[in-house]
Amino acid sequence: MPEVIPADSVGIVVPQTAHFDEPLALECNRTLAGYDLVYETYGTLNADASNAVLICHALSGSHHAAGYHSAADKKPGWWDLCIGPGKPIDTDRFFVVCPNNLGSCYGSTGPTSLNPDTGRPWGADFPLMTVKDWVKSQARLADRLGIRRWAAVVGGSLGGMQALQWSIDFPDRVRHALVIASAPKLSAQNIGFNEVARQAILNDPGFHNGHYYAHDTVPKQGLILARMVGHITYLSDEAMKQKFGRDLQSGKFQFGFDVEFQVESYLRHQGEQFSKFFDANTYLLMTKALDYFDPARDFGNDLVKALAHVQASYFVASFTTDWRFSPERSREIVNALLKNRKNVSYAEIDAPQGHDSFLLDNERYLALFRAYMGRIAGETGAAPAATGAA
Amino acid sequence: MRAEHELIAQWIAPGTRVLDLGCGHGDLLAHLRDTRNVFGYGIEIGADQIRSCVEKGVNVIEQDIDGGLRNFDDGSFDTVVMTQALQALHRPNLVIGEMLRVGREAIVTFPNFAHWRPRLHIALKGRMPVSKSLPHQWYDTPNIHLCTFRDFEVLCRDNGWRVLERLVADSNHVQGTLMQTLPNLLGEIAIYRLSRK
Repeated sequence: MPEVIPADSVGIVVPQTAHFDEPLALECNRTLAGYDLVYETYGTLNADASNAVLICHALSGSHHAAGYHSAADKKPGWWDLCIGPGKPIDTDRFFVVCPNNLGSCYGSTGPTSLNPDTGRPWGADFPLMTVKDWVKSQARLADRLGIRRWAAVVGGSLGGMQALQWSIDFPDRVRHALVIASAPKLSAQNIGFNEVARQAILNDPGFHNGHYYAHDTVPKQGLILARMVGHITYLSDEAMKQKFGRDLQSGKFQFGFDVEFQVESYLRHQGEQFSKFFDANTYLLMTKALDYFDPARDFGNDLVKALAHVQASYFVASFTTDWRFSPERSREIVNALLKNRKNVSYAEIDAPQGHDSFLLDNERYLALFRAYMGRIAGETGAAPAATGAA
Repeated sequence: MRAEHELIAQWIAPGTRVLDLGCGHGDLLAHLRDTRNVFGYGIEIGADQIRSCVEKGVNVIEQDIDGGLRNFDDGSFDTVVMTQALQALHRPNLVIGEMLRVGREAIVTFPNFAHWRPRLHIALKGRMPVSKSLPHQWYDTPNIHLCTFRDFEVLCRDNGWRVLERLVADSNHVQGTLMQTLPNLLGEIAIYRLSRK
């Protein structure tokens, strides 16, 4: 637990749930009859609802982007570095909304929820979701909260894809899109890594075709392997070298298959921890959502056409050592926007930590992020909140 | 705003599209946007400069000009500007060619190395000139392709680029009368407006 909650934290936050009865037609041609979206908000919505910022989470993220759920929490929300009073997304100026995506295992309707038709958990019967589906569901949440137009939609990685999709699907509802460490679609290599992860889960004897809840078990080994391979792709070669090198646990070779190198120990530990709280069906669903994402597909595979009608201004950022979503991929987005004569700024941040950089402290990254959000605050009249006694 | 920007701004029509190579802190683009309703992008590699642009709401793309402008379509800008960056490029001639491919017109400014002061510096001291406008030593200078009014006009002629206008100024951007007659000797700053033939 934090000894004292830091002054630049949003403090203790309470997740909320919005229930929707209106059926949601999905890209897979199935329909969710009703669903819950769990979300958190930070800051205060201003009178004309012009200071609202939507945060979209990535593969293993949740609605808990900032602050603490209780004083006993060891760690704050996943993007606490960037969200809070005086932080790049300044909660003294903006009203921040972070929903948990459908299909997740953190509270919004997903594979672990009960299927109303059977009374049992959905498991593998839960429909596969796409980024477009998520955006549609988030738009309903925006309606519910009285937000007609977001000052900004912000996300990294899979979250950046949602920000991009938002600007395409709801051009008049997004003033700015911040697309960080993302890509306009996955490469064959990316899909390949996701497939290895899925095969690890699907072939785990504990998977039971996705209905492991009924067997009171989980495909733990599969999930561990999936996370291990994923984790390697989030780090850079250099970061792994710095962190582990070829260091051995015991200083000498054991000539066996137990943990010998530090990197093995680290990956097993990360996988093990992850398998304790993450759901395997959600992992499968999230990787498929990544694989399916390709907004150009609806426009003759032409990203320039896909972005022709957008109205948002964009901030696109990539990290030099990110090989999962390399700077080249971000430049594809930027160049398609340039061809359409849209407002866009692009920065390539020198950072050693690979794809994970978007979640980590980096002076230049945070300064730029702050500068861009400051500009939005200026435009939208998201003035600093009055301080002191009212 | 830099005096040079005022001189350049007079050549840019309201409501046009401008690409600024090596846009620095985005002052020219912000000025053009605010006074002439110009839409534009800056290209820059300096981290502090990029942040300043973002703060000003100027579109800025982190990109190395020496790598070309392949991501911009032919004729997609009315004017492509490059102030005081020519001498720092690896292949300045190729970049000007690119400027005139993506823009109808190009505006280029650079320090004139044939000004009497650097000439005198070499003649009397026998060493590479170091001055207020060119403050670096020969070994650490970013200015690797210095040229003169005459050099530049030869380059334009050889490539078939048309010089639409030329301004000759001192380092304070004052356009003295004498330097108009003897630009290569008396002009410190060269400002050219070019187009394709």
